[in-house]
Amino acid sequence: MPEASSQLAVSLWRGGEDGRYQTYGVPRRDNQTVLDVVTYVQRHIDPTLSYRFACRVGMCGSCAMTVNGRPRWTCRTHVAKVARSDRLEIGPLENLPVIKDLATDMQPFFEKWQQAKGVFAPSATRRDAIAQIQPDSPARIAADAGIECINCGVCYAACDTVRWNADYLGPAALNRAWTLFNDARDAGNSARMAAVAASGGCHSCHSHQSCQEHCPLSLNPTASIAGLKRRTALAYLKGELKA
Amino acid sequence: MNARLYVWQRATAAVMAPFVLVHIAVIFYATRAGLSAADILSRTHDSIAWAIFYSVFVAAVSLHASIGVRNVLAEWSPLGERQAGFLALALGLLLAALGFHAVFALVVA
Repeated sequence: MPEASSQLAVSLWRGGEDGRYQTYGVPRRDNQTVLDVVTYVQRHIDPTLSYRFACRVGMCGSCAMTVNGRPRWTCRTHVAKVARSDRLEIGPLENLPVIKDLATDMQPFFEKWQQAKGVFAPSATRRDAIAQIQPDSPARIAADAGIECINCGVCYAACDTVRWNADYLGPAALNRAWTLFNDARDAGNSARMAAVAASGGCHSCHSHQSCQEHCPLSLNPTASIAGLKRRTALAYLKGELKA
Repeated sequence: MNARLYVWQRATAAVMAPFVLVHIAVIFYATRAGLSAADILSRTHDSIAWAIFYSVFVAAVSLHASIGVRNVLAEWSPLGERQAGFLALALGLLLAALGFHAVFALVVA
């Protein structure tokens, strides 16, 4: 392991909603990620520190935290990129209840995902032929644009509308709904349309684009929500939607 | 905000855009040409065109502003959606009453 080049002053959120930041000294190393820093504190300074991670390679989406004021995947964020004057401030994700320290309760996030009818509703059985999907069809291109979301909650934590409106479904849930809207195999669009067109649905979005700005996968939930707005407005004008 | 309010707010915004331009152009014309209140009233009195123009404008403004204020109150105040809706409705009715009163004074009175 390379020698520590200097010392980092790392402020970590400790406690629940009414907790506070506590500062620790962590040796700085080459190619060190923010997750490495948090792990160092737990393994070498205070084993009671609570945080969440799994894959460490940007696939699972479980290690998202607020790093120097921005929601990020800590496993894919190098200290060299974000540390200012050898200082880091790491807190739990915004807009979600804090369980303890850096671990948030993701339940509201996933409940809204289900409220937006984010679950695939099959239109065929296993005895039917496999659906033929044209990859270059406009609907499939729209679905593919948002399909890689891994539900890390970064967009939800970055969203001003989520902060202001407790009923707002949020960018990830609405992005998921939009991908299913464009999935030719899905049969749940009438219930989904009602869910995303209701109060707290896609029309609550102010298009601030913080979700797009912060998404570690460079997805654009704002564009997905704009698609939902167009689709639901058209349905309302055609009388297909009772809002 | 739901789909119905969204459509009405966007539709009234689309209506208002050309109306605002005409309204501003009229204000510029009236001030640049040095028209007095009596001059303006003599031109608008009994004018069906101005009555229709400003009646539609007032209706669009009342709807648009009340939907927007409802949203602001629901998001930024402790009021719930229902209470915000009542307050916004009151504002919309007030704007409509003031606006139509002004249109009446401009064209009929």
